[in-house]
Amino acid sequence: MTLADYLPIGLMMLIGIGFATGAMWVSWKIAPNVPSPEKLAPYECGIVPLQEPALRFPVKFYLVAMLFVIFDVELIFLFAWAVRFEAFGWTGIAAIGIFVALLVETLFYVWKRGALDWNVAHRDRYRRVVAEYEDEAA
Amino acid sequence: MSFAVLLTVKVLAVLGLMLGGALVVIYAELKVGAHMQNRIGPYFAGGRFGWAQPFADALKFMQKEDLVPDGADDRVYKLAPYVVLMGTIGVFVVLPLSPRFVARDLDLGAFYALAISSLTTLGVLMAGWSSNNKYSLIGGLRAAAQLIAYELPLVLAVVAVAIQAGTLSISGIIEAQAAPAFSIGELNVALPYILTGQIIGFAIFVVASLAELSRIPFDMPIAESELTMGFVTEYSSIRFAMFFLAEYAGMVSMSALATAFYLGGYQLPGLSATAVEVLGPVIFISKVFLLSFLFIWLRWTLPRFREDQLQSLAWRWLIPAALLNIAITATFKVVF
Amino acid sequence: MDVRVIIFVIFAIAAVAGAISMVLARNPVHSAFGLLMTMFAIAVFYIMNGAHFVAALQIMIYAGAVMTLFLFVIMLVGVDTSDEAEEHIPYQRPLAMILGSGLLILIVASGIQTWVNAAAQTGRGSLGTIENVSDELFGTWLLPFEATIFLLTIAAVGTIGLAQFAFNLRVASGDDDE
Repeated sequence: MTLADYLPIGLMMLIGIGFATGAMWVSWKIAPNVPSPEKLAPYECGIVPLQEPALRFPVKFYLVAMLFVIFDVELIFLFAWAVRFEAFGWTGIAAIGIFVALLVETLFYVWKRGALDWNVAHRDRYRRVVAEYEDEAA
Repeated sequence: MSFAVLLTVKVLAVLGLMLGGALVVIYAELKVGAHMQNRIGPYFAGGRFGWAQPFADALKFMQKEDLVPDGADDRVYKLAPYVVLMGTIGVFVVLPLSPRFVARDLDLGAFYALAISSLTTLGVLMAGWSSNNKYSLIGGLRAAAQLIAYELPLVLAVVAVAIQAGTLSISGIIEAQAAPAFSIGELNVALPYILTGQIIGFAIFVVASLAELSRIPFDMPIAESELTMGFVTEYSSIRFAMFFLAEYAGMVSMSALATAFYLGGYQLPGLSATAVEVLGPVIFISKVFLLSFLFIWLRWTLPRFREDQLQSLAWRWLIPAALLNIAITATFKVVF
Repeated sequence: MDVRVIIFVIFAIAAVAGAISMVLARNPVHSAFGLLMTMFAIAVFYIMNGAHFVAALQIMIYAGAVMTLFLFVIMLVGVDTSDEAEEHIPYQRPLAMILGSGLLILIVASGIQTWVNAAAQTGRGSLGTIENVSDELFGTWLLPFEATIFLLTIAAVGTIGLAQFAFNLRVASGDDDE
């Protein structure tokens, strides 16, 4: 395994880029290009958008990304164990068993804290608002 | 010099076959989907059965005006389709179509394939953010959250395969499936992993790759009825065609990975080594099309999930199931 | 000239250019892509030094996962709000210069002993395969390996704490969504 083994990857990428760029060049040659303010406006069913698209997002997206990084790192260790499975035998299973047990514990903790629950109807604030609304209606 | 020529020919052949496969899958999507809904589907392009419809579509896309919307981040907007396409065709390098017909079999092939395909997430985020459109941004973030959540079960399913095969090289995994699973008298019977203990792993892999491809029932990122077209809303002309091609090329590469991991790749039980050498590519591509048909079938059968059900399925069901699958595989491997 | 040296120089320039553009870019998203370029170049360096597993890991963890996290956070906060030029930490610039030059001195001091010479690495091509890495990991470094899971658990707890999740045990422990 040397650098030459990775040559096909570079070649594949280069050919791919060449193919895409060639297609783009052809398109650039044969396609019309008459932009107008209406065409360049953001797609909004014909109405000019009133606000910038950068809006505030639920923090859950951040949580998923962070948990993904954490779990991804843990998965790498599983790969390291999997390829030497036969050589390590029971020792490896014991070592990875402790590891996976704590991984499952982490998952369980996250689960119980509700971080994996994306359903709005399950959230405290939502339920409070609904309850207030129902009180007022009553 | 002949080394370089041979390498170029191999790479071109693999790329051509896989992208050709993607075109066939695009056609199959139109035709099969139509027949599942009692429609006829493409009929005129190319004469018989509308076989030239994908080419006609490509030509149509090329003739359309290529627009970069006002306020869009020009460079990122133009780079995004390339990143998505690279993340998809990078996988082709390690796919073995027969024992010798492979661009390059890496020792870490399976791992590399998963790593390079995770670049798609970046491309999707780039497309969504740079378009300066709220549908694009919401679609891009949804897509990224979905792709990363389902990458975990996907990778975990491959860990179980790696344990059973003892290697991460994709050719190695296919060869391991050619080893006899059991013997009846003199007759050695070799079975693919889907029949020898990886049925749960296969199910997890297929569900997770459906989500990775953002296909129905996991198509919230491009939910037409709510988000117009998600992160590709603002894309037109050839750039849209590149996303489109990447989607179907991704379907082919995911099917090909599932074929290699679970369906025995270019092997077929009962075929001799010489026959595999010759028929390998045909067998491999047939299996890829079979799996692609499964994906198409699921698309035209199931309704869309809700966003919270999607995350719930990944974290609460697939990841525990995949961990359990690893435990079962490890136990069997040690005991037997 | 050795082809390895040429490749090294190309990717070294890419790495440094990526790092510089990351610092100089006014737009946080462009900064993130500068960082991405540096990460890819570093993955190539790992391969050149025979660390194949670490190279794949670099792509998967840093380019795949960490970059996604960065982009997520940048996009969640909204790029426009972080454009402000005002600095919140006093003495940030002089402090950064002192720390940065200190790091540079450290790198040069340690690097002067074993100067990275791509041509000298031949014959060590298979040192960093996944098998060797896992032998080391499950042999010599078993205890630190087990300790990392605690680190990761703490990270998960910290994430949840940061996100200030209003939790409701009764609901969260419910089976699934209706």
